[in-house]
Amino acid sequence: MHAGIIFLLVIIGSVLFHIFTPWYWTDIASNWKGMDDTITLTFWVGGGVFVAVCLFMIYCVFKYQHKEERRAEYKPEDKKLEKILTWATTLGVCALLAPGLIIWNQYVNVPKNAIEVDVMAWQWGWQYRLPGADGKLGTTQVRNIADNNPFGINPDDPFGKDDIMVESDVINLENNRPVKILLRSVDVLHNWYVPQFRAKMDAVPGTVTFYWFEPNKVGEYEVLCAEYCGVGHYAMRGGVEVQDKADYEVWLSEQETFEQLSARYEKLNVDGNKLAKK
Amino acid sequence: MSDEYDNNKSYQAQSSEVIDGSAGSVNPDIDYVRPAEVGEQDLYHGHSFIEKWVFCQDAKVIGVQYFLTAVFTGIVGLILSWLMRLQLGFPGLAGFMTAEHYYQFVTMHGMIMVVYFLTALFLGGFGNYLIPLMVGARDMVFPYVNMLSFWMFFVAVAVLMASFFVPGGPTGAGWTLYPPQTILEGTPGSGMGILLMLISLSLFVIGFTMGGLNYMITILQARTRGMTLMRMPLTVWGIFTATVLAMLAFPALLVSAIMMTLDKVLQTSFFMPTILKAGEVLEYGGGSPILFQHLFWFFGHPEVYIVALPAFGIVSDLISVHARKNIFGYRMMVWAIVGIGGLSFFVWAHHMYVSGMNPWFGFFFATTTLIIAVPTAMKVYNWILTLWRGNIRINTVMLWCLGFIVTFVNGGITGIFLGNVSVDVPLSDTYFVIAHFHMVMGIAPLMVIMGAVYHWFPLVAGKMLHEGLGKWHFWITFLGAYSIYFPMHYLGFIGVPRRYFEMYDSPYMTSAVGMNEFISIAAFIVGAAQFILVFNIIKTLKTGKKAEQNPWKANSLEWYTSTVPPEHGNFGDRLPVVHRWPYDFSVPGAKDDFIPQTTAPSEVIHTEVEKT
Repeated sequence: MHAGIIFLLVIIGSVLFHIFTPWYWTDIASNWKGMDDTITLTFWVGGGVFVAVCLFMIYCVFKYQHKEERRAEYKPEDKKLEKILTWATTLGVCALLAPGLIIWNQYVNVPKNAIEVDVMAWQWGWQYRLPGADGKLGTTQVRNIADNNPFGINPDDPFGKDDIMVESDVINLENNRPVKILLRSVDVLHNWYVPQFRAKMDAVPGTVTFYWFEPNKVGEYEVLCAEYCGVGHYAMRGGVEVQDKADYEVWLSEQETFEQLSARYEKLNVDGNKLAKK
Repeated sequence: MSDEYDNNKSYQAQSSEVIDGSAGSVNPDIDYVRPAEVGEQDLYHGHSFIEKWVFCQDAKVIGVQYFLTAVFTGIVGLILSWLMRLQLGFPGLAGFMTAEHYYQFVTMHGMIMVVYFLTALFLGGFGNYLIPLMVGARDMVFPYVNMLSFWMFFVAVAVLMASFFVPGGPTGAGWTLYPPQTILEGTPGSGMGILLMLISLSLFVIGFTMGGLNYMITILQARTRGMTLMRMPLTVWGIFTATVLAMLAFPALLVSAIMMTLDKVLQTSFFMPTILKAGEVLEYGGGSPILFQHLFWFFGHPEVYIVALPAFGIVSDLISVHARKNIFGYRMMVWAIVGIGGLSFFVWAHHMYVSGMNPWFGFFFATTTLIIAVPTAMKVYNWILTLWRGNIRINTVMLWCLGFIVTFVNGGITGIFLGNVSVDVPLSDTYFVIAHFHMVMGIAPLMVIMGAVYHWFPLVAGKMLHEGLGKWHFWITFLGAYSIYFPMHYLGFIGVPRRYFEMYDSPYMTSAVGMNEFISIAAFIVGAAQFILVFNIIKTLKTGKKAEQNPWKANSLEWYTSTVPPEHGNFGDRLPVVHRWPYDFSVPGAKDDFIPQTTAPSEVIHTEVEKT
């Protein structure tokens, strides 16, 4: 008897925990509310099934406890019941799958007006690049990477010259404007993840991956690496600052282009050589 | 031919049992069972201690050897989990704990528990012990290869454990061993550690293949007379299907281990693209890290079911025996096991939704993944419908089964979150995933293992485990494990990423400090509670109550051996002849509430038994 009661308390406890939990989502700060909604839907359907199955089990434990004189029912199969259960489950599964796929379809189709942000990851840090006035990012190659060319932009690619280099692990984004995050890594797997935006994707060396979102809440957010990348994984943090258009443009104008960066390094070099000569 | 079983004669005798079996007779013999088509197996009986207990060819001894070795690795895995929880709950308390150590413990814990503990325990341990007994065979069909299988596993474990003692320590690449980091500096144990891991895995696969061939062929070819496939206990169905999966899935692990070894040792570039490390471009180029992930999960997802299907099978039998009721929908259960096994080869990339593979794959793998939920749900329904209108003994074995249902359904439901592609995006790589897979393929199968230990211990050792201790063991483990993993899902909702040595002070994560402390304390208690079983076993072996033959009043053949515990050859002079499925419990009109598989129809003539 006490077994049934303890199981019952476990189920009641689980439901209460879910209702009163202080641990739950961070406030969403992007367009992916649909993900949250699908989770909520799955919670209702799945949680309902969990509670129902467990309560039925507990009922059986109470009701059909062993008695020497009693015999269990002998009924190997019940085709009709099995059929009903199969179809009901199939329906439930479809109801969950459909919204999941619809949102995935949005997730893999990036809006045309999205601004590209090139996120480069390495052990263990982040760096960012934005397209310049031409709206296009220059092509890159790992072998070109050097102090004066942190992204390895091909020097003869005309689109690369005006690329905006953000020399910081914090990137600023314009509020209510979709961003396409292009992910690259120079060494191992990483994953640029901001819990409040919900979205994530691995950065894979040797290829460029992407995802998109639209930030919709001004503020500062912490970037976490969400794919294990070696011993510094837990410390690989960065930041995002979502700003209104005006603030964002001020920030953008303060950033250096690839051309300016190269010039600065050249000057440094020349100065350095002069110093050396003196 | 063995000197102890004079087989040819016994066949004659058996066919002479047929009373008036001539075709077209007015009274066709209702007890007729087709004679065996092949002769009996030669058995090599060990003559010395070494042959009987060390290099032994008896599947039962091999099963116990597998079991004990797997449990040893499991205890190592348990201690590693304590160390991890120590760091997560009380960072800095253990002074020696560096990030390197932490990641090494995480990796070894994962690999040990999944491969060397659960897989070896279910297939090597229960498979070896139960298959020949349950299908009515004298032994596995290739006893010598079976012995080699265990010793290969033993060497694999030794190599794995050796990696703790090599320079640089064991690998800390995470149990998924994702390249490129696995074999690059920056990951602990990227030298000797990873090499030993890859060698150990390769040895495991080789050893396992030898065992797996035995399980499959024994089940297909060495069943006793009358034991049709659809009369096999679900335990055998679960282990059989899992073995088929393993035979198809492990090669993917083997090739990826070999390719990665080549990448490491010979600087090939199967998985290695151009890499810039500490300002230097390494001598790699053109390889694909995602290729490894595909190979790994082509093994890794069936692996989940290699663990789960035997658990499904065993728990079905335990529930049926202790609820004194036939398993509900046996045929559905069999087809569900086979269907899940087949489907499990088409869902692997649901581990890779955010891996950077072509995102369009997401549609396909989300659909296949959610399809697999249907046969899985049917199994759950059939378990609880078996309880319904049963006559349920609430003993230790049944408690573990009930604990299994709760944890498995819980973990199965969270699997629907993670399988549903866009829901997976916010949750993947967070503690939600940790909670999900521990619940569904850690705790749930463990519940079954424990139930199985309490259920079959009287057969293996001839003594009954202490019930009171068993119940304490169950409640502490179940309540403790549930309070570890249920709240842990909510850490995932917050967004706490997995594989973090330290959380630092991200504003939304500091609220998790209290929960992490609680989870750690629960983990220490649950881990310690497992030693109740160790104590129970030692105590029972010394002073325990002697078990009668078939103490649970079960129907399947393992309880109808000539001696308890069964000797080499299992069934004495004559193999049993099977007349029915193993689930004839509480048949109306029968004297007892169970009819053994060996009972001929003519002996239970007035019962309303269904034909199986």
